[in-house]
Amino acid sequence: MNIIKIEHIAKIYQLGTQEVKALADVSLKLDKNEYVAIMGPSGSGKSTLMNMLGCLDTPTSGIYEFTGKNVSEMTDNDLAKIRNQEIGFVFQTFNLLARSNALHNVELPLIYAGISAQERKERAEKALADVGLEDRIHHKPNELSGGQRQRVAIARALVTNPSIILADEPTGNLDSKTGEEIMGLFNELHEKGNTIILVTHEEYIAEHAVRIIRLRDGLVESDDVVRKRYIPIKNNLAKN
Amino acid sequence: MNFWFEMKEGLFIALRALRANKIRTILTMLGIVIGITSVVLMTTAINGIDGAFQKGISALGSDVLYIDKFAWFGNVDFWEMRNRKNLIMDDYSRFKELAKLPKASAPVLRARKTLKYGENNVEGVILVGSTADFVATTNFTFELGRFFTRTEGQAARDVVVLGSEVAKNLFPRGDALDKTIKIGNHNFKVIGVLDEQGSFILGSFNPDNQVFLPIGSIFKYFLNRSRGSITINVRAQSPALVLDTKEEAIGIMRKIRGLKYDTTDDFAINQQEGLMNNYNSVVGVIQIAGLFITGLALFVGAIGIMNIMFVSVKERTKEIGLRKAIGARRRTILGQFILESSAICLFGGLVGLLLAVMLSMVIDQFLPTSVQYSAVIIAILISLITGVLAGFAPAYTAAKMDPVTALRYE
Repeated sequence: MNIIKIEHIAKIYQLGTQEVKALADVSLKLDKNEYVAIMGPSGSGKSTLMNMLGCLDTPTSGIYEFTGKNVSEMTDNDLAKIRNQEIGFVFQTFNLLARSNALHNVELPLIYAGISAQERKERAEKALADVGLEDRIHHKPNELSGGQRQRVAIARALVTNPSIILADEPTGNLDSKTGEEIMGLFNELHEKGNTIILVTHEEYIAEHAVRIIRLRDGLVESDDVVRKRYIPIKNNLAKN
Repeated sequence: MNFWFEMKEGLFIALRALRANKIRTILTMLGIVIGITSVVLMTTAINGIDGAFQKGISALGSDVLYIDKFAWFGNVDFWEMRNRKNLIMDDYSRFKELAKLPKASAPVLRARKTLKYGENNVEGVILVGSTADFVATTNFTFELGRFFTRTEGQAARDVVVLGSEVAKNLFPRGDALDKTIKIGNHNFKVIGVLDEQGSFILGSFNPDNQVFLPIGSIFKYFLNRSRGSITINVRAQSPALVLDTKEEAIGIMRKIRGLKYDTTDDFAINQQEGLMNNYNSVVGVIQIAGLFITGLALFVGAIGIMNIMFVSVKERTKEIGLRKAIGARRRTILGQFILESSAICLFGGLVGLLLAVMLSMVIDQFLPTSVQYSAVIIAILISLITGVLAGFAPAYTAAKMDPVTALRYE
C-alpha cells in the first residue's frame, strides 16, 4: 500500500478578486522507505504541496490519502493527530523553542501525544543519541551550533516514529559543510528504513534523493527515479 | 489524551513561559494584586463597620420603644415637631399609671456636661437623667456597684452611675466606686460602673460614653424644668408584644395630650428597627459604591492582563505555528494561554489577599475590620474568573491561527 496517494489535487488561493492557482493538478504516489526530493523554482507550488503532504493544509479539490485514510476531508483535530503521530517536520529555520533545552524540545510532540513524563524523557534521550547529541541534552538552542540545532529538530521529528519525515529546505540556513553533514544524517535515516521527503531548490541537495519530482506552475514537470538506492556521498561526488 | 494530563502539561508550559518573562509577569500581576487587595480590604472594612453597628444598635434593644417629641426618621416637618408641646414629667406619670403592657418604662432627659475627677476630666459627656425604673428598660450589667434606688431617684440624690468608657477615662486604675466626681460645678458620688455595652459607632449615644443620674438632679442643677422635653423609654414584655405595646402607647399618649380623633399625633414612637432600616439602606449604598470603585481597579488589572496576553500571542506566533505543526490541537493551545493568564491572576490574587490581610491587621488598630473566610474564597474565585475571562480572547486568537501562516510569521 502507498503511504501517500494524491489524485488530481488543486489548491486555489483567493487574493482579493484574483484567484491564484498554487497547485493546478498534481497526482503522486509514495511508497514506504522512499527518498524523494521535491524541487522547483519559487512560485512552482512546492511549498503548497509540502503543506498539503504535511497535513498542515487541505486541498481545494482532489483526493489525498495518507496511509489509506482520506485526509482531504478531515477536521482540524484529526489533522493535528496525524501530524503528531505520522509526520516528522524539519524546518529551514529549525523552529526550536528558544527557552527550552534540547531534551524538552524533542519531548514536545510526545506531550501532545499524551505520553507520560518518564517515557517521554527516555524516548527523547534516545532520539537525541540517534542524531549524535547525547552530550548536548541540556543545552539550549543558543548554546548549540546551527548544525546541532538542526540535529535537535531532526531528533524531534524522529521521536514519534513517524511514517514520513518532511524536511523543508533543511540545509537552507547552514553552511555547505554542515549542510552535507545534515544530508548525511538524512541518508542514514533513509538506510534505516525511514521515508523521507525533501523540499529544496538546490540541485546538490536533491541529488542525495533517490527520486526527484520537479514542479512548475503548479504541475508536475518531471518525476524520475534517478537511482535504485541511495549512493554514499563520497562516491556521489566522485561521479560528478 | 485526558483532561488532567492536558491541564498538567499546559500548566508546566504556562509556568515556563511566565518564568521566561519575569518582569513582565510581575508587572502584569501587580494590576491584579492591587485590584484584589482593594476589593478584599473594602469588603473587610464594610463588614467590620457593619458588625460594630449591629452590636451597637442591639444595645438599644429591639423590644424598646422611645416616645419622643421628635421622630427619628420619616418625613414629618422639623418645624412642626419643634412646635409640639414638650413631653413633661406629668405626662410620664400618667402614662405609667395607664399603661398595662410595658415591662418597664422610664422618663429620660439628657444634658451635656464636663466631668472631672482630680486631674482627669472628660468633656461633653451626655448625662442621662431618669428614674430607678430606667435600668429595667435596658440590658445593663454592672462592673462595679449598682444603679440608683427608687428613693435616691425620687429624692434626687447626688449619685451617678458611669459608663465604662467614662469610668476608664476618669479612673484609669478602676477604683471609681464611692469616689466623688464633679459634674459641672456639683459633686456626685459614684455608686456604680457599667460593663462595656455598645460600640463606638453610636458615638456619644453609646452608653459607654454616658453617665446616669436621677432625673431630679438634672432639673435641679442643669436644666430648667420648663425647657427640657423628656423621652419615655418603654420596654415591652417580649419582642412579640412590641406591636401591642406600641398600639397601647399611642392610645394612651393621644389621651394624655388631649388629641381629638381627627388630629394627627403630636408625638413620635421611635424604634431601633427604624434606625436599623435606615442604616441598612445607607450601608447598602456604600457597599455597592465601594465594591464598584474597587471593582474598577480589578477591571483595569484584567485589561492589563488581556493586553499583555495579546502581545504574548503575537510574539509567539511562530511558536504557536510550530506547536500546531507537531500536533497541538486548538483546544490545547486555547487551554495553554488561558492557563497562563489564570496563573498570573491566581498568583496575583493570592499576593493581594495576603497584602489585604496584613493591611487589615494594621487598620484594625484604628477601625474594627474582619477578614472573613467567604471573602478569601470569593477573592480567589474572582481572580481565577478574571484570569479565564481576560485570557480567553487572546487564547482564542492563538488557537484559531492557521499553522502554515503562523510558521511563516517573522
